[in-house]
Amino acid sequence: MRDAARASLRAFGRAAPAAAAVGLLLAFNAAFTPGFFDLTTVEGRLAGSTVDVLNRGAVVVLLALGMAIVIATGGVDLSVGAVMAIAGATAATLAARHGVNAWSAIAAAVAVGAAAGSFNGALVAGAGVQPIVATLVLMVAGRGAAQLLTGGQIVTFNDPVLNFLDAGFIAGAPMPVLIAAAALALSLLLTRGTALGLFIEAAGDNERAARLAGVRVRAVKAAAYVLCGAAAAVAGLLAASDIRAADANNAGLYLELDAILAAVLGGTALRGGRFSLFGAALGALFIQGLTTTLYLHDVSPNATLVVKAAAVLAVCLAASERVRAWIKHRSRP
Amino acid sequence: MDDAPPLLEARGLVKVYPGVRALDGADFSLREGEVHALMGENGAGKSTLIKALTGAVPPDSGEVRLMGRVVRPRTPVEGQTLGISTVYQEVNLAPNLSLAENLLLGRQPRRFGLIDRRAVHRRAEELMARLGVRADVGRPLGSLPIAVQQMAAIARALDLDARVFILDEPTSSLDADETARLFGVVRGLAARGIGVVFITHFIGQVYDLCARVTVMRNGRVVAVRDAAGLPRLELVALMLGVSIDEARAIEGTHARANSSADPTLRSRGLRRGRVGPIDLDLRRGAALGLAGLLGSGRTETARMIAGADRPEGGRVEIDGRGVRPGSPRRAIAAGIALCPEDRKSDAIVPGLSVRENIALAVQARRAWWRPIGRRGQRGIAERFVRSLRIATPSVEKPAGELSGGNQQKVVLARWLAAEPRVLLLDEPTRGIDVGAKAEIERLVGDLCARGVAMLFISSEVEEVVRVCERVLVLRDGRVAGELSGGGVTVESVMRLIAGEGGSA
Repeated sequence: MRDAARASLRAFGRAAPAAAAVGLLLAFNAAFTPGFFDLTTVEGRLAGSTVDVLNRGAVVVLLALGMAIVIATGGVDLSVGAVMAIAGATAATLAARHGVNAWSAIAAAVAVGAAAGSFNGALVAGAGVQPIVATLVLMVAGRGAAQLLTGGQIVTFNDPVLNFLDAGFIAGAPMPVLIAAAALALSLLLTRGTALGLFIEAAGDNERAARLAGVRVRAVKAAAYVLCGAAAAVAGLLAASDIRAADANNAGLYLELDAILAAVLGGTALRGGRFSLFGAALGALFIQGLTTTLYLHDVSPNATLVVKAAAVLAVCLAASERVRAWIKHRSRP
Repeated sequence: MDDAPPLLEARGLVKVYPGVRALDGADFSLREGEVHALMGENGAGKSTLIKALTGAVPPDSGEVRLMGRVVRPRTPVEGQTLGISTVYQEVNLAPNLSLAENLLLGRQPRRFGLIDRRAVHRRAEELMARLGVRADVGRPLGSLPIAVQQMAAIARALDLDARVFILDEPTSSLDADETARLFGVVRGLAARGIGVVFITHFIGQVYDLCARVTVMRNGRVVAVRDAAGLPRLELVALMLGVSIDEARAIEGTHARANSSADPTLRSRGLRRGRVGPIDLDLRRGAALGLAGLLGSGRTETARMIAGADRPEGGRVEIDGRGVRPGSPRRAIAAGIALCPEDRKSDAIVPGLSVRENIALAVQARRAWWRPIGRRGQRGIAERFVRSLRIATPSVEKPAGELSGGNQQKVVLARWLAAEPRVLLLDEPTRGIDVGAKAEIERLVGDLCARGVAMLFISSEVEEVVRVCERVLVLRDGRVAGELSGGGVTVESVMRLIAGEGGSA
């Protein structure tokens, strides 16, 4: 049983930098942001700054979950922002222009996201293209595809089901939070409840060894991109639901970078191998929490990015083995 | 002639890496106009010696003299300026520049301050012609055959007034004609008074080309001899660290040989690149030893059987049924397991725990949606940690943090857990301590007793003789002979390796 404890400690250890960062952020807010932890219910709905962080952070949480899995295979997916745009465009055009039932539109959007992921997977695992280059193709072409779908316009919709995705509440909890939590649970079940997580980590850590041990390395890698694509599609639905429109140009713009950052803060090494889905979610919430905190302190949006960069730099340095060893060395008399 | 100071001389070179004395007081001397073979198995210290001579890795102590003067090159470029040039197996020039540009890089003839392309080409053609090679100097170097690339590297070094040439396994990717041409060039260099150090694994080439031989083992020079007065058998004995008398004394202890039974695994005409055709039979409950020098095709054979590399021809059968080649997964499904030679790059998944490493092959054979579960994995891992005595504080320790011997045992455990019918062990005892070695040798015996058909590859002839009742000897990618029963002795194996005498 001590082994089991040690194993979970190691698993937690990977998410430690992100957890510590979130902890520090919460402590800062406890001290300097009056009312940050206040929770109120407005018409049976939870509200407050913490709920706001979770709510707004949901999109990057979704992206970070998929990204962590892809990074664990030794890859990266730069196309998630573009896939968000495609998914939003798919759902919006189907529902608003073709009168398709909202549920079918949602299913179609997720299917399109998975298809985009399998395209990436085929390029990386099948054709052996470098992941950065392979997913760059869809990052650029994906927005073009989304614009073709929308005919270059912003497609607005007003469908109760689609609106509900972002604005709805169930038992007082906002839908985006519930969707992100469900995605976390589902991805944990899919990777840790099966052998997929082991195969992903083996393939990312030592691909040759995994292949020689009988792991279907290519299939595992392709599966990672499909999962990432599907997660990005759900994120795209949330983003579209938020503005009740599909904006092919701006939906998910630059969010691939936030997703990579969240996954890395969460303890998934960019060279592949071990990954932590909890860590990735925490990383995403840290990024959102920082943004919200700065906003609450009236920091100008221009300065926000600089402060964000500095905070991220600090977390990365704190997580660096070399820096830790150096500090240890210096602090000794 | 012996009174003249040597062209290049090294005395007492020492280079220590963490945990290894790569060079342990090595001496070396090279005469003017001499082609000198540097021999030794992997890890003997050849490449470290070369690096110390060229400045790529400055030695911790000892001195290098070039024409009687002490030199201390700190980088390969400094070595080159002094006149010591190296041509590596993989040519380290710029493959996307043209042959001519590579030859004259940084020293291109100029006209009106601009590079004169025509002069560059003319000069390059002259340089290549000096070696008797005609090539299209305008083509990118990477598009030319390896042989021509090597010639280009030699031509460039020659133009930089090299006095000492070090050729590091130059022939390993050349065909017979190209090798002959290279030898012609090397003889020409020697005739001009240039000293050539020639590293190769092909014993025949030593006698074709070299006047003297230096043999290294464990970071030391164990012999410097005239090639003419050194029998092949003795050269092999020196490289492997076995005295000939000792070799006569050690004999196989295995008498039983159930050659009557149909083989579990049969390979016929297996070939890839310079290796093959290889025919071999692995029988239930017996270990076939595969001996031969480095580069003789041992590893390649095992990898082809295990599906790690796709053979260009031939077939592998288990119980008379063909196994489709080129996929480790299919080979595993047929019951074939390979413990590869390079456990770091091909076997251990360093970031995963001992538990996960051991369970990996078993899990990979099951569907991904049917996990063994953490408890099941721990059960398997703990069983083998106990039975193989893997030294680890916990099965949760990352496998990459274990010692080499324990990593090897983890890889063995991975395959034992999968219960293969055929187990291919490629250098299972390399780089591990004596105790672990004995345990692994004992394990081979146990597995045979349980009916596993095994292939046992080792550079240590004594070990092969101790462990196996049948031994197949490879030389230059071909089967040189097969020994069995009482015919398996260290001496008979070494004779086959050296290419002296026929099979027993």
